[in-house]
Amino acid sequence: MLAEFLQYLFTGITIGATYALIALGFTLIYNASHVINFAQGEFLMIGGMATVSLTAMGVPMILAVVLAVILAGILGVALQRFAIAPAKQADVVTLIIITIGASIFIRGIAQVVWGKEYHVMQNFSTDQPIEVFGAVLNSQSLWVLGIGAILVVGLVLFFTKTLIGKAILATSMNKEAARLVGIRTQMVLMLAFMVSALLGSVAGIVVAPITFTSYDIGIILGLKGFVAAAIGGLGSGVGAVVGGLSLGIVEAMAAGYISSDYKDAVAFSMILLVLFFMPRGLFGAKVVERV
Amino acid sequence: MFKTVIRRAGKCAAVAAAGLMMMSAQAAEPIKIGSFLSVTGPASFLGDPELKTLEMYVEKINEEGGVLGRQLELIHYDDVGNASSARNFASRLIRSDQVDIIVGGSTTGATMAAVPLIEQAEVPFISLAGAVVITNPVKKWVFKTPQTDRMAAERILTDMKDRGITKFGLISGTGGFGSSGRTQTLEVAEAMGMEVVADVTYSGSDTDMTAQLTNIRNTSGVEAVLNFGFGQGPAIVTRNYAQLGMELPFYQSHGVASDSFLELAGSSAEGLRLPASPLLVPDSLPNDDPQKEVVQNYKAEYEARWDSKVSTFGAYAYDGLMLAVRAMEEAGSTDPEAVRNALENIQGYVGVTGVFNMSPEDHNGLDPDSFRILEVQNGEWKLID
Repeated sequence: MLAEFLQYLFTGITIGATYALIALGFTLIYNASHVINFAQGEFLMIGGMATVSLTAMGVPMILAVVLAVILAGILGVALQRFAIAPAKQADVVTLIIITIGASIFIRGIAQVVWGKEYHVMQNFSTDQPIEVFGAVLNSQSLWVLGIGAILVVGLVLFFTKTLIGKAILATSMNKEAARLVGIRTQMVLMLAFMVSALLGSVAGIVVAPITFTSYDIGIILGLKGFVAAAIGGLGSGVGAVVGGLSLGIVEAMAAGYISSDYKDAVAFSMILLVLFFMPRGLFGAKVVERV
Repeated sequence: MFKTVIRRAGKCAAVAAAGLMMMSAQAAEPIKIGSFLSVTGPASFLGDPELKTLEMYVEKINEEGGVLGRQLELIHYDDVGNASSARNFASRLIRSDQVDIIVGGSTTGATMAAVPLIEQAEVPFISLAGAVVITNPVKKWVFKTPQTDRMAAERILTDMKDRGITKFGLISGTGGFGSSGRTQTLEVAEAMGMEVVADVTYSGSDTDMTAQLTNIRNTSGVEAVLNFGFGQGPAIVTRNYAQLGMELPFYQSHGVASDSFLELAGSSAEGLRLPASPLLVPDSLPNDDPQKEVVQNYKAEYEARWDSKVSTFGAYAYDGLMLAVRAMEEAGSTDPEAVRNALENIQGYVGVTGVFNMSPEDHNGLDPDSFRILEVQNGEWKLID
């Protein structure tokens, strides 16, 4: 009984941690620009696929991971420079549609370069699962949780202790005022895209040994990450983490205790319920209409 | 004088050339083989080897003199895995290209979308898709080359029974292939007096099936587990199965019978069994197996021509094309009615997928034994039965 519960919990937390990382990426860009970046899932894919193809070329694992993350970072900057920045006068909705276009474009390129097959990535450490009270925990899950936690702590420090982090926060609160005190808001926006690409690619790399990776892995994981961000309240860092974890756990519990057929239904009903009663999400900022 | 000779020679040449052209025009009226396949898109792993196979064997047959003294012409369209475009292309093949026979339809969806049109236009059609609905109930103009999912279920359950297993857990994908396989498995299990004690599903985009497998593991009386699914899902199931340390006999369906599955599942696949085409183990077939030569030749020719691994799905197209050719040869013409009748009466055609014995009641012509039961041993397929 306990073993069963723990098993579902482990499954849920692992996948939930991934959702949380993706949700954080959405949150970052949303804060800096009010754009929902639907290419977020593609960063995830780039991370996983680049690592797999580099290791296949004989590059040592650690170097491959670093290179893949850098590649994703460059891609994030390029996305902002060449797709978002030229349209900066446009409506937010237009920008969101641009990110959808960009995601289809990136996916297309990945399909041509890497093909359409699924690829395997080795576990970071042992393949032997760990047994806890009768439930089994994949060693890779610990990596996902550990790296997730480090990234979250790192982000908190970045935003509260560094000048650049504070500049991003300032821009998200009031763009005009930030510009008046000398913050280069375009630069901040570019940074936000870069950091969220880095986050996404790291998430993509740590989960790849569990989920496999392919050119289209970003679609569904990106969507789930967005759901997590919406549950938590778009724009809230705590919300992204809580939203991601709870979405993952609810999904796993539903699959285990009710029926796997209703798993997605339960997850999506959850977002409906949350949004009915708390339209800004669990931790969303209160909006005061200025007259 | 010299000029007139030249002029005459010229005239002769012109007449001769004209005559030749007329003759060759008569001889070169090609037999049109139409095809719509999912060459790109999500089902491209089906359509791509199928098209390559058709192209290469049409070329080969033409080099050897064609069929009924006429060359073959392959007209093909890419339906991108989309059922409505499959229907449009089928319509174009019938109306504007006026093909003599259609060999195609990579997915069950594409096939079933085109079937009503084809039945109405009365063109012989050999489908390359799996589900049992295509030829059951029998449709006058529709044939197919792959075994049905029902046969796969029968083959797996027979193997379980041979090992003394009567109660098993079923985990299936919610996609078309998985859900059809689930229905067939439940029916076959009932017919064979076996019991499905746990019945869980996962969706195609799921990345972790530990919860579903835990559910099966905790069901009392489970003696084996069967996974009916397609794509990367079964590979994840296989890995989770190993991680959970489940020791029960484990079966997969023919949907994952390919080397890329072994690559994805890695060492977790050790010991699992599945029904598959002999194409996966061409060299382990016994020498008296009638299919051995066909299978080895197809594999060698395909890999030499395309420099890529042969796939079971390409073999469906090989059998489809060869059945079409044989039917036209036996009919002695391309008259649709005659070709259809010949197709329906083909007996003992030895293909890559199996030995086909068509009849008016059976437009597939294969039996469950055309599947071989394979087991994964040391990371390779091993022929069990």
